[in-house]
Amino acid sequence: MATNIELEINGKHYSVSYSPDTPLLYVLRDEIGLTGTKYGCGEGMCGACTVLLGGTARRSCQIPVGVAASRPITTIEGLEKQGKLHPVQQAFLDAGAFQCAYCTSGMIMSSVSLLQATPHPSAEQIVQALQGNICRCGTHPRIIDAVQRAAGKMQEHAK
Amino acid sequence: MSTAEKAFLAEPERYEFRALPMHKFTLARRDFFKIFGTGLAIFAVAKDVSAGQETAPAPHGFHNEELPKEIGAWLHIGEDGMVTGFAGKAEIGQNVRTTLAQTIADELGVAFENMRMVLGDTALTPFDAGTFGSRTTPTITPQLRRVAAAARDLLSERASKQWNVPAEKLVAGNGKITDPASGRTLRYAELARESFGEHQLPVEDPVKPPTEWTIAGQPIPKVDGREFVTGGHRYSPDLRPEGMLYGKVLRPPSFGATLISYDDSSAKALSGVVLVHDGDFVGAAAPTVAAAEHALTSLRVQWKEVPQISDQEIFSYLKKNALPSREERFQQKKGSVAEGLAAATHTLDASYTVAYIAHAPMEPRAAVAQWTDSKLTVWMGTQRPFAVRGDLAAIFHIPEKDVRVIVPDTGSAYGGKHTSDAGLEAGRLARAAGGRPVKLVWTREEEFTWAYFRPAGVIDVKSGIAVDGKLTAWEFHNYHSGMSAIETPYVVANQFTEYHQVPLVLRSGSYRGLAATANHFARETHMDTLAHTASIDPLEFRMKNLADPRMRVVLERGARAFGWPRQKTAEGQGFGVAAGYEKGSYVATFSEIFVDRKAGVVQVKKLVEVFECGAIVNPDGLRNQVVGAMIQGLGGALFEAIQFQNGRITNSHFSSYRVPRFRDVPEIEAILLDRKDIPSAGAGETPIMAIAPSIGNAFYDATKVRLTGLPLQPERYLA
Repeated sequence: MATNIELEINGKHYSVSYSPDTPLLYVLRDEIGLTGTKYGCGEGMCGACTVLLGGTARRSCQIPVGVAASRPITTIEGLEKQGKLHPVQQAFLDAGAFQCAYCTSGMIMSSVSLLQATPHPSAEQIVQALQGNICRCGTHPRIIDAVQRAAGKMQEHAK
Repeated sequence: MSTAEKAFLAEPERYEFRALPMHKFTLARRDFFKIFGTGLAIFAVAKDVSAGQETAPAPHGFHNEELPKEIGAWLHIGEDGMVTGFAGKAEIGQNVRTTLAQTIADELGVAFENMRMVLGDTALTPFDAGTFGSRTTPTITPQLRRVAAAARDLLSERASKQWNVPAEKLVAGNGKITDPASGRTLRYAELARESFGEHQLPVEDPVKPPTEWTIAGQPIPKVDGREFVTGGHRYSPDLRPEGMLYGKVLRPPSFGATLISYDDSSAKALSGVVLVHDGDFVGAAAPTVAAAEHALTSLRVQWKEVPQISDQEIFSYLKKNALPSREERFQQKKGSVAEGLAAATHTLDASYTVAYIAHAPMEPRAAVAQWTDSKLTVWMGTQRPFAVRGDLAAIFHIPEKDVRVIVPDTGSAYGGKHTSDAGLEAGRLARAAGGRPVKLVWTREEEFTWAYFRPAGVIDVKSGIAVDGKLTAWEFHNYHSGMSAIETPYVVANQFTEYHQVPLVLRSGSYRGLAATANHFARETHMDTLAHTASIDPLEFRMKNLADPRMRVVLERGARAFGWPRQKTAEGQGFGVAAGYEKGSYVATFSEIFVDRKAGVVQVKKLVEVFECGAIVNPDGLRNQVVGAMIQGLGGALFEAIQFQNGRITNSHFSSYRVPRFRDVPEIEAILLDRKDIPSAGAGETPIMAIAPSIGNAFYDATKVRLTGLPLQPERYLA
């Protein structure tokens, strides 16, 4: 049964009418038009649909929209501020850390979440954080490099 | 058959090129597709192969068209100074949008920032057979270079007339023609203001050699990169045209099942749902995916299934069901294998197998279709937009000029997006949707089940070596997996090679590198065993039997970087090497692994790969692609295999079909050799093919256990 659900996405307020058990992913993509969040598997195994829910990386295909209503949601479209890329986005760009780039949104969201919790991650911590994100083009070494670059940049800014 | 014709034959393992489309709609005439029996798709030969023209294979969806020679079809110089290049290629992550723009900018003499490419749109770009076979770089890149050179000469001629200065005294570059004597300049944009009319491409037009490249050869970052890190780029599944419906297709319970009863009485009552039942095709389109799914689950249908081969019996089935050879090119013979074996001091007879694997591109097959009157537009992630256009025209019974296929830059393909399936399905649903566009995105499970696979295969090898370690005989039989790189690059006086066709069991077709991975796995594993049999170092053994200087160089460079031969410094350590040649490029892969018997774990510690594909167009993009192929190759080498029982795929999810993830990635060193004296070859495929044998050989070095099947699944042998 469709009910009214209030969502906060990228700092904006949305009111949608959906069955509360609909995965957040479909509401983001089909209702709100935030298609930067990708469908990859629909079972939380590939990470392409990763968003931040209350600041933490979650698979939006596994989060019922009714549950998502309780906390602020950030998607890839919400990272850029006043035309300035988030340091993680900039680092992916600088490192050339994508090929087909279909996994990139999810990789960036997982990395943002990691760096918020662990500002200076070791290579092992990066691997651990991104293990659930699949890249089929094999860009893994550059993605790790991008996360390390971003950590460095964010540290500089924090000083 | 001429050499030129041979060069344009489609490899037999491109089974999908000859397959019928996935659906037969009653809309189409039954006999519409004329398939050439079991014959092979032939790339009809361009009149001047040296000019790099690319034409298409003959069966459905293809034309024996040549590349247009009019400059206007390939290049446009705007009054604003922007230069637009046109090519029918698809950007699937291999970076052609960047490398093609670099090529034109380089030859024409314009800033890279002023270049843009229109790709993969059947209404806007010249015909193209498809983005496969590592062909963009050796065919379209030189074509665009000639186009740019011709355009530059025309601009120069016009300036020459205007100034009354001989054209050869003028200099073209930086978006303008300069007269060095007087210092006068004219911008291309100004010169292009007045129409040039139609110009044919000259047959021969000298282009810049790689040693003079300034923009090509540079590590220019991927164009539109910002769109990809912001989520702004719209892949086919992201499109949302006004009034769009979401499509879903009812899949049969198993391959080859036929629909025997269909009752839509409860589904019909659902409002806003478009139902289509056409032959064995059943689908729905609705304002939401959930509504379309609901409509399909409301149907009462019965299927008749047929018993089928399962994975346990596949290899014996392939051997037993091989067809007698029908084509001359399937066999190659030199000298006498029997005599070569008789002269050998060691002989070796071994059999190798490769499993079916899936491409599993992150962007699943997807299409958006819209009918306007009797014209159809389809947006779709495909490597063959013109072939898809042909399929759509044929199946919907409309002229090709009424079909437009547009390829948004696509979330990868790896040889898996050659067929028209999602486009046909979306097109059929949209046809019933009264002008509303319909989007169809395959689920991951559909992707793993209803796409096609890299074919499984069995490879039997018989060989002999003399006391000096030189090969005396080589007999090689590939059953089903394919012919790519089937010929040995080693010097052997007596050899016999044969590819054996087998009727398809699972829907099969192209995969990055085609059968080059399977054939290299068998050959390079076999070579390693021979080396050990003769107690010769595996690298030395290869060198003894190699004449090809380019292959020797990649092995030598790799050995230096890896430190071969290496002393073992820990228990369980193993080193392996494998090398090969395919599609104009060379690769050597060295690997280091650790086998922890107690823990039952095999870890690939390090891979060093040397790759040489002639003159490098973009070293940064190339490195990305080479490292990517190495990592993707780990999956097929170690653990990827499609499992199937009686017409069902039993591991159709990422939870059960393992692909390489971060933890699987070893330390990687990719060494790219830039040969400016050799024309550029494609690089998308060859870097994948020596990974598996290199790791298998390292496992033997560590354990003395020889693995002869892909995936290697080495852990199984540690019990």
